[in-house]
Amino acid sequence: MILAATPAGADGQLQQAHSQYVLRLADTSLVLGQRLAEWIGHAPALEEDLALANVSLDLIGQARLLLTYAGELEGQGRDEDALAFLRDAPEFRNLALAEQPNGDFAHTIVRHWLIDAWQLEIYAGLERGVDTRLAAIAAKAIRETRYHYRFSSGWLVRLGDGTEESHERMQRALADLWRFTPELFTPDELDECMSAAGIAPSLAELAPRWSTRVTEDVRLATLALPAAQPYPWHGKRGVHTEHLGYLLAEMQHLQRTYPGAHW
Amino acid sequence: MTEADWPLFEVFIRSRSGLEHKHVGSLHAADARMAIEHARDVYTRRQEGVSMWVVRSADIIASDPEEADSLFEPARDKVYRHPTFYAIPDEVKNL
Amino acid sequence: MYTQGLDTHGKEPLPTAAEGEARAARFQGRIDAEEKIEPKDWMPEAYRQTLIRQISQHAHSEIVGMLPEGNWITRAPTLKRKAVLIAKVQDEGGHGMYLYSAAETLGIPRAQMLEQLLSGAAKYSSIFNYPTLTWADIGAIGWLVDGAAIMNQIPLCRCSYGPYARAMVRICKEESFHQRQGFEIMLTLSQGSHAQRAMAQDALNRWWWPSLMMFGPSDADSMHTGQSMRWKIKRFSNDELRQRFIDVTVPQAHFLGLTIPDDELHWDEATQHYRAGPIDWSEFYAVLKGNGPCNRERLEARRRAHEAGRWVREAAAAHAQRSQREPAPQAAGVGGVAGAAA
Repeated sequence: MILAATPAGADGQLQQAHSQYVLRLADTSLVLGQRLAEWIGHAPALEEDLALANVSLDLIGQARLLLTYAGELEGQGRDEDALAFLRDAPEFRNLALAEQPNGDFAHTIVRHWLIDAWQLEIYAGLERGVDTRLAAIAAKAIRETRYHYRFSSGWLVRLGDGTEESHERMQRALADLWRFTPELFTPDELDECMSAAGIAPSLAELAPRWSTRVTEDVRLATLALPAAQPYPWHGKRGVHTEHLGYLLAEMQHLQRTYPGAHW
Repeated sequence: MTEADWPLFEVFIRSRSGLEHKHVGSLHAADARMAIEHARDVYTRRQEGVSMWVVRSADIIASDPEEADSLFEPARDKVYRHPTFYAIPDEVKNL
Repeated sequence: MYTQGLDTHGKEPLPTAAEGEARAARFQGRIDAEEKIEPKDWMPEAYRQTLIRQISQHAHSEIVGMLPEGNWITRAPTLKRKAVLIAKVQDEGGHGMYLYSAAETLGIPRAQMLEQLLSGAAKYSSIFNYPTLTWADIGAIGWLVDGAAIMNQIPLCRCSYGPYARAMVRICKEESFHQRQGFEIMLTLSQGSHAQRAMAQDALNRWWWPSLMMFGPSDADSMHTGQSMRWKIKRFSNDELRQRFIDVTVPQAHFLGLTIPDDELHWDEATQHYRAGPIDWSEFYAVLKGNGPCNRERLEARRRAHEAGRWVREAAAAHAQRSQREPAPQAAGVGGVAGAAA
């Protein structure tokens, strides 16, 4: 059920690496979904409350499928909730970009647009991979991501090419968040291992496609990309920014306060 | 257009192939693309549709209810437009 | 819904007094015959104003109602509960939209209704001025508040004004999951640990009376009821609905093993109804006047969101206007997504 074709049978180490890789995808969706949920009831218009809630639901749905799978691969009996509510920050594997605070609507849109464009490439790559379970999850998720990307890139253009104020806010958001993007396509040993196993796409191959798309969107939005900043963040290795701790404290509060309770 | 009045759009949804688009309500949006997205987010969360139309409310031309009489009453007595008006003997088939 | 574009041929002369009475009589005749009144049909001004007030209050309630429950989305104790709660709060936003939509057909723009809400001029349901202090409150709200709302809303599906009735049908279809999710939470808690059972009982203690007050003042003190009933905007009286709610809910509380916080509550064999103790109406009126626990916070939250979002709405409007003047290749780079073909 786990792999369509594993190199040389049940390799324990590979399975753990596999589990960690799936966790990275899961945590990014989870943290992003949690961030977006903070907007509900406070969005710029009622219609946007509904739109953001939809995106949040999609992301949490992705997280649940991926967490469940990661838990099975790990083989320690942890289900989606055990993983979501009982791990501490250093064990989370989301991209550092995902945990950045919502800020104003510009920051939220830029954060989502960057990750939506990333997920489009990643999910398309996973669909072609040898892990049939992951491919199925990706096939479902990519449909959602196409809509997310349509939404976020639409707002990127409206706000970038809207009023002077919106343009400035968008430029500021880009300046604040751009430094987290190197992590998206810089492969580490785990990424290379998964590509070699045919499970994950090669980040090096995906990077230029993402770049092209992002550059074109920015042009349409009359914005300017900040200069490249070589400060690699390691969220996917468990080294996070200060924001994740607070996010988890809020999210995990009930389960931590009432250990073992059934909800 | 000011921020206060993103225009009003009417939303029509076709729930399944074979059926017509039906009016389901209205929403505000700044542009057509947003209107489609809003319509999708507000009116199709429970798989209610396979196709959507959004139309600016201002573009809809409606018949005046005050003229309902002259528009629709005259059809009332033209019963010969209905098949039941015609008496065909039972023995005649396929009519 | 159609604020413009009516296919008229010039203005009509104002009716005489006799014509006015005849029209009103014909209108009442349509109502009595269970005909639906549609936008742009002739209607007495008082009918229009009553509907605008009632529908917009209903819409405001849904919008404000997103806040007490939205309060717990980020802290929901499982991912499934989180997803369900997001969907529920989203539905409430959607309900607000259907209702604003229906009210707009009567000639009042959304922006004006929003202004009335944010300025504090408009009323909304008293229940949303209470705080959600524990996770059990989310269960209690779904079970009791949505339960009361359903009881109120089902008769409205047959209200005389078409757009309002149709919005209510849509809303009622979505509402029943809301009540079930709430009850299911209460069930899980009442079957859980000692602390969870206590949490559930505490929530019931705080939400029971405010839920009864949701049905409005007792019939004797209710101003609008008579005319609203004649116009089939209101189909049952406050007291009738409240009694129905009590009769239905008490057995549910018994099933949960929880105690209704009313010492005088008892089954009346003669009338076959549960008899409740007296409601403290001073609390109700205080909350309506703006002095409930959260009135300030709720309105502040909505005002802040509205203000903070102003630049966003303005930008979208500016961009749309510019695009209309110079059709730019807006969708070119954002490909991969199907266009909005009919």
